Amino acid sequence: MKSLGSIRRSFSPWTDPAAKPYIVFENVTKKFGDFTAVNNLSLTIYEREFFALLGASGCGKSTLLRMLAGFDEPTSGRILLDGQDMRGIPPYRRPVNMMFQSYALFPHMSVEQNIAFGLKQEGMPKADIDKRVADMLKLVKLEQFAKRKPHQLSGGQRQRVALARSVAKRPKVLLLDEPLGALDKKLREETQFELMDLQQNLGLTFVVVTHDQEEAMTMADRIAILDKGQVMQVATPAEVYEAPVSRFVAGFVGNVNMLEGTVAERSEKTATIKGASGAEIRVENAGDATAGSTVAFAIRPEKIKVSSKKPDGAANVMEGEIYDLAYLGDMTVYHVRLADGQVVKASALNSSRITEDPLSWNDKAWISFAPDAGVVLTR
Amino acid sequence: MAETTLATTPSASQEAVPQQGTWLAALTGRLVIIIPYAWLLILFLVPFLIVFKISLSQTAIAMPPYSPTFDLAGGISGLWESFREFSFDNYLWLTEDPLYFNAYVSSVVIAAISTFFALLIGFPIAYGMARAPATVRPLLLMLVILPFWTSFLIRVYAWIGILKPEGLLNQFLIWTGLIDQPLIILNTHSAIFIGIVYSYLPFMVLPLYSALEKMDYSLIEAAQDLGCPPISAFWKITFPLAMPGIVAGCLLVFIPATGEFVIPDLLGGSQTLMIGKTLWNEFFSNRDWPVSSAVAVILLLMLVVPMMFFQQAQAKAQEQGR
Repeated sequence: MKSLGSIRRSFSPWTDPAAKPYIVFENVTKKFGDFTAVNNLSLTIYEREFFALLGASGCGKSTLLRMLAGFDEPTSGRILLDGQDMRGIPPYRRPVNMMFQSYALFPHMSVEQNIAFGLKQEGMPKADIDKRVADMLKLVKLEQFAKRKPHQLSGGQRQRVALARSVAKRPKVLLLDEPLGALDKKLREETQFELMDLQQNLGLTFVVVTHDQEEAMTMADRIAILDKGQVMQVATPAEVYEAPVSRFVAGFVGNVNMLEGTVAERSEKTATIKGASGAEIRVENAGDATAGSTVAFAIRPEKIKVSSKKPDGAANVMEGEIYDLAYLGDMTVYHVRLADGQVVKASALNSSRITEDPLSWNDKAWISFAPDAGVVLTR
Repeated sequence: MAETTLATTPSASQEAVPQQGTWLAALTGRLVIIIPYAWLLILFLVPFLIVFKISLSQTAIAMPPYSPTFDLAGGISGLWESFREFSFDNYLWLTEDPLYFNAYVSSVVIAAISTFFALLIGFPIAYGMARAPATVRPLLLMLVILPFWTSFLIRVYAWIGILKPEGLLNQFLIWTGLIDQPLIILNTHSAIFIGIVYSYLPFMVLPLYSALEKMDYSLIEAAQDLGCPPISAFWKITFPLAMPGIVAGCLLVFIPATGEFVIPDLLGGSQTLMIGKTLWNEFFSNRDWPVSSAVAVILLLMLVVPMMFFQQAQAKAQEQGR
């Protein structure tokens, strides 16, 4: 059997221009009265992809999911599923199933009745239903809870019933609305990997809505970051983290230092950014930033090195003092106040038990980073 | 031995203090439970026993119009003499005259049909209210309760004005040209159904509303998502989940409707046979208190016994479900 990792690495239909998109949102707008939930949004999702819609509450991500399920119709634009226009097709005739945030388990039915519900609607023969329900119960490891009612289950068990019920019909697409939102942290982490395995084993297309960036980063092949009903960036988790396209995306995913300035010099690849206090940053991969334009240099805390002595040979070095520090066990986060008053976050992995260069509050410190450690953002 | 005595004595005295506290708490706890029981005892059980006692008595031209009456002057032997006069003759009489049996049956049938129509009309109202925006719901609730602000009797009288041959309804239908002869509704069973459904509709709507309002609408969406068209989703999800409300509403309409006296008297005319009216006639026209008491006792048993079985079944189902 192929390992999960190897399948994942070879899966990238979005880089293949010949690949046929499976779900297409084409200039979709959805208005509720005066409020525009989704604003002229276009998006393509490929077959067997694990796709995450990430955004703060009210960004329109749930509306997108509900339009795909058929509970809401777009005000304008089209949604195509496997080439077919979905307009006017009611939810009960769409080849998609949804796992609800509240789970929406039928309280008057047992676990197996809940799972069998969709299959009965299909008119599947009873023997086949029984077999499929047994398979599903095994898949989510709830065999001994088949006769229980939803309220006799724990939160985690209910989540699994909801999952089993939504995949029982083998839909082309499974929509998951905050699937792990109601679980505690430890259970959530375990379940993330279970969901990924399930998606791989069943070969389904998953579209998951979440506000938890860690969840999206862990599970998804690609992430769409949404804000105010528009797509800010669609990319793999690594691209979203290392190459955000805008200040919003850089700030939304993970921790980031945003150093504002203007482009003082620009060559083909490199650029020099001058901050308000006159400090200069030399960067590579300056992208489309033109000389004289106002930009932000976004750099992740773990890419900044903190030391008590001025490091030799680093491209960018700044002096400051330790303003605050937090020891988290696996790493230490330093807040370094620079000469111009700006506070920069830097994190250092505690790879040995005793640090060779101990730093404490109010110590003089130097921060340094490579010219390609961050990205230059014009938006 | 001496040592053990010494050791136990202080601990025993220590226990005595909290015991006093729990005793007091137990008493207040009991008192709280006693209040509803006392209420039921004084306002339900005692009157019922008085009525039951009268039903075992014989009519008499006296004041009160039955014998025996308890006379404490005769002492214990006098009371014993009174007890020996009790008999179930009145209950036997109820089985001998088919009038009573017919009145019971007709009451139950009329109440059942009215309950069915109240459910049929009440369900969409309650459903609409439960699905209305949360800001409008208090207003809608208020509108359902509003008729209670007018006297029940006046509202039933008002229906005479609407239903009579030259009444508002017939005038309206003739004006629209739908009919050319007035419909005879007043003094028929239809008028009784209309009266009962109208009067008891709030009792149907309120429990239904409270059951439907609690229901999570995403359950309907989940059912549709799993391939269930809306009408089928109603029968498979909404209806079973509304069942406690349906049962409560139906009982709240059926029970008073069975014993209803005013509506059949005012709207149903002289031919209607309902047990409430029969009871009234026995009591006030015939002045036969014992027989009317027997009628009342049977009516009560008829309603209470099935309800007790039903509640037991309900509790058992809930125990299994919960």
